Amino acid sequence: MDEQQLSRGTKAWWWVAGVVVIVYALFPVAWIVSLSFKTPSDLANLQFLPTNWVWDNYDNILAGDAQDLFLSALRNSIGISLIATFISVVLATFCAYAIARLDFPGKRLILTTALAVAIFPVISIVTPLFNLWRNIGLYDTWPGLIIPYLSLTLPISIWTLSAFFRQIPWELEQAAQVDGATTWQAFRKVIVPLATPGVFTTAIISFFIAWNDFVYGISLTSTEAARPVPAALAFFTGASQFEEPTGAIAAAAVVVTIPVVILVLLFQRRIVSGLTQGAVKG
Amino acid sequence: MAAITLKDINKRYGDGFHAVKDVSLDIADGEFVILVGPSGCGKSTLLRMIVGLEDITSGELRIGDERVNEKAPRDRNLSMVFQNYALYPHLTVYENIAFPLRLAKTPDKEVDERVRRASDLLELDEHLDRKPANLSGGQRQRVAMGRAIVREAQAFLFDEPLSNLDAKLRGQMRTEISRLQKRLGITTVYVTHDQVEAMTLGDRVVVLRRGVVQQVDSPRELYENPVNLFVAGFIGSPPMNFISATVVGDQLHTPFGEWTLPASRSADLSGREVVLLGARPEAFEDASVVSDTVRDHGVTFDATIDVIEWLGNEQYAYVPYEAPEDIRARLAELERELDSEALRTQLVVALDASSRVPEGRPAKLWLDLRRVHVFDPESGDNLTVKAMSARGERVVDAGAATAAPAGEAAAETGETPTVP
Repeated sequence: MDEQQLSRGTKAWWWVAGVVVIVYALFPVAWIVSLSFKTPSDLANLQFLPTNWVWDNYDNILAGDAQDLFLSALRNSIGISLIATFISVVLATFCAYAIARLDFPGKRLILTTALAVAIFPVISIVTPLFNLWRNIGLYDTWPGLIIPYLSLTLPISIWTLSAFFRQIPWELEQAAQVDGATTWQAFRKVIVPLATPGVFTTAIISFFIAWNDFVYGISLTSTEAARPVPAALAFFTGASQFEEPTGAIAAAAVVVTIPVVILVLLFQRRIVSGLTQGAVKG
Repeated sequence: MAAITLKDINKRYGDGFHAVKDVSLDIADGEFVILVGPSGCGKSTLLRMIVGLEDITSGELRIGDERVNEKAPRDRNLSMVFQNYALYPHLTVYENIAFPLRLAKTPDKEVDERVRRASDLLELDEHLDRKPANLSGGQRQRVAMGRAIVREAQAFLFDEPLSNLDAKLRGQMRTEISRLQKRLGITTVYVTHDQVEAMTLGDRVVVLRRGVVQQVDSPRELYENPVNLFVAGFIGSPPMNFISATVVGDQLHTPFGEWTLPASRSADLSGREVVLLGARPEAFEDASVVSDTVRDHGVTFDATIDVIEWLGNEQYAYVPYEAPEDIRARLAELERELDSEALRTQLVVALDASSRVPEGRPAKLWLDLRRVHVFDPESGDNLTVKAMSARGERVVDAGAATAAPAGEAAAETGETPTVP
């Protein structure tokens, strides 16, 4: 909508609505940040701001008692999510390219199967997977998590990327072939550079899915060998049996949010729309 | 540079659609050949088969002395300009032009030399560092041409390269393409649906209709001696006028009077009842401005002009008339095939700019009978041209791409095959 066409009243309402949505979405986040700076005695005082700002909780998870639990979980999370994202994006790029470009029997089948896998409830396959993984020795290992993560990230990657590939004019590839490129060269030198924004978008989505997973993380791991952060948070303990580790969990939650924020900031420049502009006329 | 030979080329798509039927064509080395026809006539398919982006169902395609049916596009060493240019948006103009050379692993120094030479030729020097998105339509078009000429390809293929430009730019680029081709002397196949481009650019023009070659000839031959109704209606703007006539002995009874064709134009009409007469707009004239020396070669008749368009250098007059229902249906069908729509049967007459014929009142018009064609309304054949060929007055056998016109045309253009 053109801003100038909005009357002042309408504009004000848009502002109010926008602020409401932002507060609704960000208030819990702000609350967690605030919690992470509170002292244990402050935790339940029902005030938004801490009476004393302290770094104790961060000390605790990064250098204190919870250090072993948290840092190994962080390492697992980063490693597993990155590997799962990488594999998923590479496989999905080839798959989506084939789906967008070639006409082969079973094309629809692949797409519908991918969709079916994506909407299949995770919880219903966790138990069989748990048994299978224990039998074949994948339980509590990195591959043991990477493989199920691929089942979550591949479908959405294939769908996003094939939609993206369809936007690229096919003439570009034909032009490259006439110019002397092999199919592979045309793909690598023309299609891939143009698909980069799509690949980055897909990579970020895949990374978030893997990064945020809890069900697989808690069910298919038992030690710090492979346990990712969301699962590890559940194993935090308070200073005594009767004390909830709320502050430490809040601090850990803030720490695991930071990579996500950094990733988005880093790559939002790469997610520019309209990169294909100028390739073809109208 | 090489000759391109098509022999009985057919294209049948998976769904059974027969897009190109038995096309045979000899394109001589250095010749500029135009494939023209209304949309859906198979001209682009034919071009894409030559370049290798479309499989050939049957027939043989030779480039130079080599059969290339089974070769991939990259092994045919042809260069092509696409209708939408298909520039690589992530590369600069320089790298776009250099792309074919980079693929061929040409040394950097030579790449630079050749890109600069091409950009110089196309006046792209100041744009070399820009991205295609920042260029105007005409500049993008030139970049696409640069990418085509930078490589020493055996032939250039153009797929409606000017259809995305506005009218003025189209005229300029047309001249540029013509100049460039003459300068480089490279075999060129050019697809267009615009008959003006076809007439102005080509050494020879191939008119296609529903995948079948109608006529292969020089623009002049196409205009003056079209072999059938389709070619006659397609070539020329405004198009040729068609008038129904009943054959009565030697005479032709038309809505405008009873005419007798001169010997040079007559054909054997015995046994025919109805024919279609074809006359270009410029075969008509305001009877009052026709000089006495030529007046006897034509007929004068009365007609009511309802609209006049004055263009400065000439004027067009529109004369509606009644035609029999079956002829009207035949003409409407022809118009549909030519991508236009006939609202009424009318003559379009080009008059001298000085003529002061009034609108809406009867006027005396003159028709030069030496420039009238007789068509068979059923088959569409041009009986006049057939009769002329039979009498040996016409050298070129229409409809067949024999070696004779190819050689002729090559001699015309092959004079200065200089590479820049």
